[in-house]
Amino acid sequence: MSFLSYLINGISLGSIYAIIALGYTMVYGIARMLNFAHGDIIMVGGFAIFTMVSTLGMAPMVGIITAVFVCTLLGVTIEFVAYRPLRGASSLAVLITAIGVSYLLQNLALLIFGSNARQFTSVVTISSLKLAGGRLSISGETIVTIAVCIVIMIALTAFINKTRIGQAMLAVSEDKGAAALMGINVNRTIAVTFAIGSALAAVAGALLCSTYPSLTPYTGSMPGIKAFVAAVFGGIGSIPGALLGGIILGVVENLSKAYISSQLSDAIVFSMLIVILLVRPTGILGKKINEKV
Amino acid sequence: MKKNKILIQNSITYAMVIGFWAIVQGLSAGGHVSSLMKGLLVPLCIYAILAVSLNLTVGILGELSLGHAGFMCVGAFAGAFFTRCMENVMPSVGARFFFALILGTAVAGVFGILIGIPVLRLKGDYLAIVTLAFGEIIKNLINVMYIGKDASGFHFSIKDSLSLGLDDTGVVIIKGAQGITGTPRAATFTIGILLLLITLAVVQNLINSRTGRAIMSIRDNRIAAESIGINVTKYKLMAFSISAALAGMAGVLYAHSLSTLAATSANFGYNKSILILVFVVLGGLGNIKGSVIAAIILTALPELLRGLNDYRMLIYAIVLIVMMLFNSSPKAIELRAVFMEKMKHGKSAAKEA
Repeated sequence: MSFLSYLINGISLGSIYAIIALGYTMVYGIARMLNFAHGDIIMVGGFAIFTMVSTLGMAPMVGIITAVFVCTLLGVTIEFVAYRPLRGASSLAVLITAIGVSYLLQNLALLIFGSNARQFTSVVTISSLKLAGGRLSISGETIVTIAVCIVIMIALTAFINKTRIGQAMLAVSEDKGAAALMGINVNRTIAVTFAIGSALAAVAGALLCSTYPSLTPYTGSMPGIKAFVAAVFGGIGSIPGALLGGIILGVVENLSKAYISSQLSDAIVFSMLIVILLVRPTGILGKKINEKV
Repeated sequence: MKKNKILIQNSITYAMVIGFWAIVQGLSAGGHVSSLMKGLLVPLCIYAILAVSLNLTVGILGELSLGHAGFMCVGAFAGAFFTRCMENVMPSVGARFFFALILGTAVAGVFGILIGIPVLRLKGDYLAIVTLAFGEIIKNLINVMYIGKDASGFHFSIKDSLSLGLDDTGVVIIKGAQGITGTPRAATFTIGILLLLITLAVVQNLINSRTGRAIMSIRDNRIAAESIGINVTKYKLMAFSISAALAGMAGVLYAHSLSTLAATSANFGYNKSILILVFVVLGGLGNIKGSVIAAIILTALPELLRGLNDYRMLIYAIVLIVMMLFNSSPKAIELRAVFMEKMKHGKSAAKEA
């Protein structure tokens, strides 16, 4: 029974990773850049909810909507101010800028909210589910997280395949130049991608902080990096890949925490990244890209 | 002619470092250096060495490594471990420190090769994230490592100090998350400056050699470099492992400036690697002298202006973004070119008139 409960918690954690990984994978697929600041947008979402719910006493739903709004705005602003001018620059320059943005968000939060951990009130009001005569208990957060992840995956796949802007995103990720010739506004498409990714980060922030209710300016950075690992694992640029990678990562992390060593779980997760990159650099579901001279 | 120019440039860097040392020595002899400033002198050297060595990977090789603190960690623990082990064999602290430096550098260099072989097959963002992963793995592994020594030799465990099974004469040297305690604080400012000079000599001579030009050609165009017969893997690995070894040396210095060495996130986490990267970027990618200046100023300044300390990281972040936008954005480069053109025209017009 304890194995099953570790497994379910792992899937729940993995669902959070998957939602974050979607933001990475979409941005990477379209703008060819690693948005290092994505993890910190989660943290901003967490603080937005914390401020609305715990400080101002609003309903959790209002908090989440505010967080989605704030994060979307933030994501688009970051793209416009920091990343758009660097389009066409070397990937090293873009990555260093992204690290700068991540640093900036962390330190702004540090100045505003201080370094003490805040107790986050869960936004989930569903009580936990008891199975097998009370021996297996699944928390409300776990149920909501997994459900939200499934809904987001379906909605996003439909959005990309069925809407015009989704098709434009696919086109831009295939070939920026050709997409522009076809009359697609590349800059706007990239901005929309950042907006969606950041909105998802806000949702991930709400779920993450509800499951692990301690909020600091550094809350987002480690899950952010692990979610990137998940995105790479599943194949960068692929939405089902992000789901698969996220869940595998979450399960491995939770099981190794339970059965091997809690201190080594991060090391195990990162070793998986290294192994997958060496064996199959494009990830499980990724496409191979040939380098042109 | 060109050779002379390089020689002069390099000598300026050495002279700058030696001059800095002389000024600090003079001031402290006159009693003008506060105790706060004295505590900063060794870290200044450590950061300068780290920045110069990271610049070799980022600026000269052109690959972003976010695991530099990991190599520093390897060197620090190897060095401190040696110093503690040899306590009875080698009573002189200076000699132990000297050999610890060599050992720490060598171990970090070997790690650089071992990690470099898989990592350098990757490119760009992937390489960056994998170096970050390796740095975190190193930190985590050291945190669960227990090594003890008794009459029958070394004992190793990843559980706790009890499971080492030491006899009465045994001492636990590495205590997992508590790290190594009791390292003699042998690091002095003069030793730090000497090591910085060695680092500069290694890196600057490498850059201006045939090897260095090969490395830079890989940075500028890998495929072109490969097509004229440059062994890309070999030169990449060389730059990467030298950079790692020098970081290890800085680590040994660091270990011997503290009495307790633990692999915490604050010491050896990826945020430390990013901090070093900030020094490198602000000093100028590929500019060795710049790295030294940036490391020294950015380490000393916030401590001297205590009031600014809260805003220090924020300012770093903003400067980092602005620098990148200004230096690398295609539009900014274009604008600069136009501006330079205008300046030239202005000058020549002035001459004609």
